Amino acid sequence: MMEPIARWFKWLSSTHGLNYSVFFDNYDQTLFLKGLQTTIFLSLACIFLSIMVGLIGAWLQGSRLRAARIGTAMFVQFFRNTPPLVQLAFFYYAVSSLLPTLTDQFGAQAPIINNLGWAIISFSLFAGAFNIEIFRSGIEAVPTAMTEAAESLSYTRFQIYRIVVVPIAFRICLPSLGNNLVNLVKTTTLAYAIGVPELLYASAQIWSEAMNVREMMVLLLITYVALVAVLVGLMQRWERSLRIPGYIA
Amino acid sequence: MKALPQNSLPVLLTPTRPALEPLPAFTTFVQSRALAIILVGGFILSCGISAALSAGATQPRPSILDVLLKWAPLIGGGFLFNIAVSIASMAIGTLSGVLLGLGQISPSRSIAKISWFLTQFFRNSPWLVLLFFVMFLLPFELKLGSLTLPLPAWFKAIIGLALPVMANVAEIVRGGIKSIPFSQWESAESLAFSRRQILWQIILPQAFKRMIPPWMNLYAILTMATTLISVVGIQDSMTLTKAALVAEGRLDLYLPFYTMLLLMFFAYCYPIARLTQSLERRVAVKF
Repeated sequence: MMEPIARWFKWLSSTHGLNYSVFFDNYDQTLFLKGLQTTIFLSLACIFLSIMVGLIGAWLQGSRLRAARIGTAMFVQFFRNTPPLVQLAFFYYAVSSLLPTLTDQFGAQAPIINNLGWAIISFSLFAGAFNIEIFRSGIEAVPTAMTEAAESLSYTRFQIYRIVVVPIAFRICLPSLGNNLVNLVKTTTLAYAIGVPELLYASAQIWSEAMNVREMMVLLLITYVALVAVLVGLMQRWERSLRIPGYIA
Repeated sequence: MKALPQNSLPVLLTPTRPALEPLPAFTTFVQSRALAIILVGGFILSCGISAALSAGATQPRPSILDVLLKWAPLIGGGFLFNIAVSIASMAIGTLSGVLLGLGQISPSRSIAKISWFLTQFFRNSPWLVLLFFVMFLLPFELKLGSLTLPLPAWFKAIIGLALPVMANVAEIVRGGIKSIPFSQWESAESLAFSRRQILWQIILPQAFKRMIPPWMNLYAILTMATTLISVVGIQDSMTLTKAALVAEGRLDLYLPFYTMLLLMFFAYCYPIARLTQSLERRVAVKF
C-alpha cells in the first residue's frame, strides 16, 4: 500500500527537487517514525504524570496543614514563573550530578535516570504546576452546598474529595486542562536540547544528512499541528461524553 | 438547559458596581514574603547542598559564592539580552497580532478565513519548531534592488519568537472583542455609527481593558521562552551559564549556577504574574 506513495514522492523529488526523503528512504523513515513514537510516548507519560501531580497538589492545597498549603503554593509559583528549558537543564545537569551513578555491563558509569527520564520528570512537574492551579479553580467552582450536604451525610474529607468534588470539578476544568495539555505536547520539543531522540531531534538528524531543511520543516509543522489536533479532538469528545445534561452548560 | 448565574434574583434590582480593589504598589510585590523566601531560600539551599557534597575536596579552591559572584555580571548581562529580545518580539508580535485578530472578525469571509487559519497554525505549533523554521528559512541577507540588508541571527530569532506571539495576541484580541455583548454593536448601529466607528470608538475601548491581563501573561510566557534562542546557537543567559560551567569544570557548581539562572527569571516573571492576577480581578465581569 505504501509503494505508490513512495513512488510519487520519489517522482516529486526527481522532477521538482522537493526531497521528502521520509516517504521513500527506508533509513530516514525509520528515524522519523521512531522520533514520532518517542514524542507520543513522552507526551502520554507527561500527560499522565502531570495530571497526577495536579490532583495531589490540589488535594494538598485544600489541606488543613498550613505548611502543606504554603509548600504547594511555592512549588506552583516557582514552576510557573521559570523557563521550562532552564528547568530541564537544572534537572538534567544539576540534579543528576548529585545523584549516584550505576556501573553498566561495560564498566562505564551511567546515570540512574537517563535523558528521557529527566525530560518526563521535568515536563510533568512543569505542566503539573499549571494543573494544580486549574484543578484548584475547578474545585473552588463546586458549590459549597454540595460538600456541606456530603458532610452532613458523614462522608469523610477524602470521600467528599473523591466522590463529590473531583467528578464535578473535573468536568468544570476540562477545557483549561485541554489547553494545558496541548501546551505540554508542544513543550516536549524542548527535550531536543538534552538529546532525547524525539521528533524534532530525529528531523534535525534527517535534514542535516539529506539537506532538505525546508521540506522537513513543513513536514514537522504539519505533524505537530496534526498531533495537537488529535489531542484537541479527543479532549472535546471526552468533554461531551462526561457532560451531565442540564448541569454544566 | 443553561446554568443560571449563582444569584439570579428575580427582581429588578439595579446591579451595583463592585468597588475596585486598589492596585498594590510594585514594591509590595518585591517585598512579598513568598518571593523573598523562594529567592533567598532556594539560593542558600542550593549552595548549601553543593558545599556539603564537595566538602571532601582535596585541594583548596575558591568558594562557591566567590565563583558565582565572578560570573554573575556576565550571566546577568545575558539575562538583559533575553529581556531585550522579549521586548522586541512582543512589540512585533503585538502589532501583527492585532491586525490578525481584527482580520478574524473582518466582514470579508476570505480575510476572516485566512486570518483564522494563520492564527490556528501558529498557535498550535511548538515555539521551538517555529524558531528553527525562521532561523533556517530566512536568508542571512535581504536584497532589495541595490540595497543589501544583513539579517543577523538575533534578528531572525526575534522574528521566530514573534510568530507564536502574533497568533496568541490575535486570539486575545478576538476574545476581547467577542466578550463585549452583541447588543453594543446593535445599539451603536441604530445610532448610525459606521462599522469602523463602532469598532474604534465603542467596542475596542471596552475590550482593551480585558485584553491587558492575558497580554501580560503572554509576555511572561514569552520572556521564559526567550531561553529557546540558546538552542539555535545565540548567546543568551543560558548559553553563558553553560559556558561558565565548562570554564570552571567543577561538578559542585552546577546546582548553584542553574538555581541562580532560574531565580533571575523568577524575580522578573513572578511580579508580572502577580500584577496580572490583580488586574484580572479588577476587570473581571461580575454577575
